[in-house]
Amino acid sequence: MGKREGIAFGFLVLLSGVAGLKEPRLFQPQSIESVLLWMPLITVVAMGQLLVILTGGIDLSIGSILGFSGIGVGLVLKANPHLPLPIVFLAGLAIGLALGAFNAAVIVWGKISPLIVTIGTLAAFRGLTFILSKGDQIDSSMIPDSLTVLAHSGITIAHVTLSWLLILALTIALITFATLGFTTFGRNVFALGSNADAARLRGISSGSVQFAVYAICGALAGLAGVMYASRFGFVNPGSAGSSFELTVIAAVAIGGTKLTGGSGSVLGVLLGCLLLSCINVFLSLLGIDANYQMLTYGLVILIAILTDAAARRGKA
Amino acid sequence: MKDRPIVPAVLLVIGTILASRLSPHFLDIHYLLDTSTLYAETGLMALAMTFVIISGNIDLSVGSNLVLTACLSAKLLAAGWGIPSVVVAACLMGTCFGAINGWLVAKLKLPSFLVTLGTMAIYRGIAQAMLGPASVKLPKAFTGLDQLLWFKIPVPFLIFLFATLVTGLILHRTVFGRWVFSIGTSERASTYSGLPVDRTKIIVFALSGLMCGIGALLIDSRLGVARHDLARGIELDVITVVVVGGAAITGGKGSTLGTVLALFLVMLVRTAMGVANVKAEYQLTVIGGLLILAVLAGNLGQLFNRRSAARR
Repeated sequence: MGKREGIAFGFLVLLSGVAGLKEPRLFQPQSIESVLLWMPLITVVAMGQLLVILTGGIDLSIGSILGFSGIGVGLVLKANPHLPLPIVFLAGLAIGLALGAFNAAVIVWGKISPLIVTIGTLAAFRGLTFILSKGDQIDSSMIPDSLTVLAHSGITIAHVTLSWLLILALTIALITFATLGFTTFGRNVFALGSNADAARLRGISSGSVQFAVYAICGALAGLAGVMYASRFGFVNPGSAGSSFELTVIAAVAIGGTKLTGGSGSVLGVLLGCLLLSCINVFLSLLGIDANYQMLTYGLVILIAILTDAAARRGKA
Repeated sequence: MKDRPIVPAVLLVIGTILASRLSPHFLDIHYLLDTSTLYAETGLMALAMTFVIISGNIDLSVGSNLVLTACLSAKLLAAGWGIPSVVVAACLMGTCFGAINGWLVAKLKLPSFLVTLGTMAIYRGIAQAMLGPASVKLPKAFTGLDQLLWFKIPVPFLIFLFATLVTGLILHRTVFGRWVFSIGTSERASTYSGLPVDRTKIIVFALSGLMCGIGALLIDSRLGVARHDLARGIELDVITVVVVGGAAITGGKGSTLGTVLALFLVMLVRTAMGVANVKAEYQLTVIGGLLILAVLAGNLGQLFNRRSAARR
């Protein structure tokens, strides 16, 4: 565990300690389970965002992709309620991949800054979500129980259930870890983010690496749309995934990822996701209402970039 | 002047012709002036965002700054402060929140989109933590500025015109304006030529904040209530206006005239969609698409210029 992961781990211990002293209920299996209920969604999207941020980019449209895919899959399920689950998940992945590829195409071929493109598609995809759903919500009656049960059942270890969704999310984290650590593509992602010019001079096709990360990020956000339907049992075209980009960027940032690219790790981001899940649960357990959530995410992002700036100053 | 904002001007003419076929009201000056009060905040913030984008930065926190200042001003009025002191306080608060962004960007050398992404969440987060789902009512004496006319022109629009004049002169006719362009073109070259790069950046972000403060007063006065979820997503409109107006997102290029023309264009598109009963949520797709198309068009134009220059 490097220094970057250490910061996230330190925050996690500190936060649990303070919160645990104030509210001992925190260490009961139920609280741990509710923390683990938050994890899968954040983790899956954060892995995609990690890849994007490592290349020195950013994707603000993930929340809208999540919403669009949730509605899309909900409508598919409404028409065919007995669709096998693997196909449902693949459908979400495919919808996300299509939207992510759109981002990628505009960013790479249009040579436009990812920030502007994804601010645009953040709005555009949300608008499309409303058009697709005609403003109606996907209700729990349209989502089969076989899907919702995945969020609550799984493998039970010492009274704590690791849900199937969590296991799926951790599998994706493992694949991301392997891809980043042991493949040429992974090396190229880091190379592009550390020094784009040097990467190009070494013959790395920056366009195809960039295209791939935005497409993958979209696909994972699409998958998260299915997981959202599974966890909440409904999908609202307005609220599903709304402002989720802040949560995810906060998780990636506090996990020690350098937000300007080139440095970061899957383990750190996993800790970051765990930290943010804990914050979500602790806030409600400590009786601090949901009104403080956005402020908390903002502070987490700011603390993360300030820590990074301080570290850079220390080195210089 | 080689960067004349031709694209927004042409689009505006085409848009007006199309819109007037949709409804003859688009040629009615009173109707247009009435509508303009709804876009005064967007316009003010876009004028300052033009500086921010030309300097090679971006301010994602404008909507949140506006909301926080609007909520705080409403609270101050509810606490019995007089209107003149609240007006001053709102301008100061907005400027201050903007200057914080500028300080973090300039002094700590942090990328502006990250800083303002953080403060975007923080400023609106503070408003939400402070008010929760409640709304603060504003006193009668403070509301209704948008109904007030001066020579048949709504006061918010006059404020916008005045701000256009002032910011336009600063950007295009002063040394400070040249510094903003210079920093956006090459920050390193500006530093080496001894320009006060940090101070310029802080002032640019503070100006953006000042416009949010004035916008907060306008929105408070128009709506009569302050809530934490006002003006959600307004940063999209503001950035779209500036980019459609011909400002280069990479910095160094843009104009006040372009921004004003693009504001009228976005106003026209939004109003036309309203007349055609397109839901507000659906409109997001059009505005988001417009933003991307505008940047694409700018890039293609550049590519074309470079090709024809190479051929010569």
